[in-house]
Amino acid sequence: MQLTKSNNLATRLATATCMLIGTTPLHAQEVNNTEAWKFDTAILYYGETDRVSLVEGIFSASKNFGDDRIFTGKLTYDGLTGASATGSVPQNMAQTFGRPSGKGSYEVPANTTPLDDTFRDSRVQLNAAWSQPLANDMTGGIGLHISNEYDYLSVGLNGNVAVDFNQKNTTLSTGLSVQYDQIDPVGGTPQGLSSLPLYIESEVYEDEYDDDHDDHDDHATPSESKTTVDGLFGITQVINKRTIMQLNYGFSIASGYLNDPYKFVSVVDDTGTVQDTLYELRPDKRTKHNIFWQTKYAMDNGVIDVSYRYMLDDWDITSHTIDSRFRFNIGKSSYIQPHLRYYTQSKADFYQPFLLESSPLPMFVSADYRLGEMDAITVGLKFGQSLDNGQKWAFRLEYYQQNPKNAGFVEPGQLQAQDLYPSINAVIAQLSYTF
Amino acid sequence: MVGEFTAMASPCEVLIDDCDPILAKHILQHVVRECRRIERQFSRYRNDNIVHKINHARGQPVSIDEETFKLLSFAQTCYVMSDGLFDITAGVLNRVWHFDGSDRLASEAEVQSCLPLVGFDKIQFNATMVTLPAQMSIDFGGIAKEYAVDMCAQHALSLAPHTSVLINFGGDIAVSQPRKKQTFWRVGISHPDPRQTEPVMVQIARGGLATSGDANRFLIKDGVRYSHILNPKTGYPITAAPASVTVAGENCTQAGLLATLSLLQGNNAEAFLRAQGLQHWCIYHQ
Repeated sequence: MQLTKSNNLATRLATATCMLIGTTPLHAQEVNNTEAWKFDTAILYYGETDRVSLVEGIFSASKNFGDDRIFTGKLTYDGLTGASATGSVPQNMAQTFGRPSGKGSYEVPANTTPLDDTFRDSRVQLNAAWSQPLANDMTGGIGLHISNEYDYLSVGLNGNVAVDFNQKNTTLSTGLSVQYDQIDPVGGTPQGLSSLPLYIESEVYEDEYDDDHDDHDDHATPSESKTTVDGLFGITQVINKRTIMQLNYGFSIASGYLNDPYKFVSVVDDTGTVQDTLYELRPDKRTKHNIFWQTKYAMDNGVIDVSYRYMLDDWDITSHTIDSRFRFNIGKSSYIQPHLRYYTQSKADFYQPFLLESSPLPMFVSADYRLGEMDAITVGLKFGQSLDNGQKWAFRLEYYQQNPKNAGFVEPGQLQAQDLYPSINAVIAQLSYTF
Repeated sequence: MVGEFTAMASPCEVLIDDCDPILAKHILQHVVRECRRIERQFSRYRNDNIVHKINHARGQPVSIDEETFKLLSFAQTCYVMSDGLFDITAGVLNRVWHFDGSDRLASEAEVQSCLPLVGFDKIQFNATMVTLPAQMSIDFGGIAKEYAVDMCAQHALSLAPHTSVLINFGGDIAVSQPRKKQTFWRVGISHPDPRQTEPVMVQIARGGLATSGDANRFLIKDGVRYSHILNPKTGYPITAAPASVTVAGENCTQAGLLATLSLLQGNNAEAFLRAQGLQHWCIYHQ
């Protein structure tokens, strides 16, 4: 026996001894559990009737380097076009708004919800994550996230640790993430509660207006940022052979610039006629708490997955989400999965659909429908199939309806004839392929 | 919890992590029973077992059970893998070599007379039968104790899937599974030099640990120390090997074989173990 060929003698002996004593060789497993790269691709279309539409492409790659040391990288591209509600109220006559860049204007016809039709952006997002066992029954992971769009940059770091015990029937997990966002609004950051600039017709004047030495810096600063810290504590428990349950508590503390620079609030007189349009202003801190409970039950031919989330924050928003998916296997390789989701939220304490000229200016205000009282429902169906070569594809089609509601605001004059809380209907279609 | 008994000519020890005392007693009973069963079945010092039958069949086929077949198959694998250095038929050489600490080496003629009776490749066997040429013999001594340690650890694991149990039969050790509260077990194994009364402390978290050495069985002539470990290919004892080699492996049987094979490398023992990438400890003669 020469030393040169003895390198894997230990491994071969391990295999032989394990056969002898009837165990599985650990070493051989380690060698074999390095898997090839796995790729997930998906294309998603989200389209709101008359409003925003989004096309998203996802490319994700993951690899198990053996010993459950897993790398995942994900690239997401979003292309957004369309219009989104600015928060201004509709009127019984046409309204003119200046574009956020300060250049040009757009006209909103009578009895129409004002939308900012310049909404067009593309976003590239990169995620990388690494997870590996840290000790027996303990797994850890770290992740990095960068996303960039025309007026927005987001960078995040996260880490998590999970500990299994009770024969791996119980898993305790905790995670922390820190995210830094920088926003450079088109035309500078507007000062909250200041009036929108009047639309300036003159080309010459516009140039002057854009001059560096101009005083428009009084209400616009170049860029703003926010920092968000998220934390999570969770317990996952195997209830029996078919049932697994998860309970999480999560918190999120955001501080910094939390306004949406493209959202306005109309100031109306007692006839409901717009007198002024202001930039919204939100508090610079938001703390959210949420409780999430999920149960998955494996049936003979499918899976029932039901979850409930309760969220409350110091902006006074509370929300409830009930989400359910029922997967039914068709034959050995296909499944069909209906999806039903119900969401309801109360309004933020500073939400107002409009301001009254006669009332004093509040400390904070937003007319963003996303901070108002609303409920939403999603109904969908997904079909998936595994191919003989191990590749998989799936198609998902969903209908989403969001119904903003009046949380008891009395509408003066002409506003009574307007729909201040229009519903949003959207269709979501996604095709995904794993290879 | 600790249980102690004597078997296979060694002090045996079973260490059990915190658990129900009834379960611990149960584990201990099973370990003792399994250990004694393997000793009874595969010891070459008995005259009522399969080994005795095979060694005294005078060239006639002997029917064997599944376990004997497994051990023979394993011995064959080791013989092939080691290029003949591990050979359960090498025991014949002990007729001419007596490792009594003296300087009485076997003569060249004596050694040569034995060699035709050595060689696993001369054995014929299948799942039900084994045929040994007349005068040849087999000895599972090189693997039986380690095998017993591993089998006992396996029993302990199936009896107590959540309790770490350490099996220690005279320094051949296996751990059924890692401990919950502490990271490893600490056990003392006897020093190869009988003058050293202090045991060598080793730590083991999982897998197996085995020691091979010439302890007090050797010959010394002209300042050369001849270990009791014989090279079955030459018929001569090895020289210049460490006094003892301890190897940590995936299980006790694997560790034991690698320890023995490393001693057969003589002064290359450590290089051999390093090449295997296994944790090991070598002690040399002073």
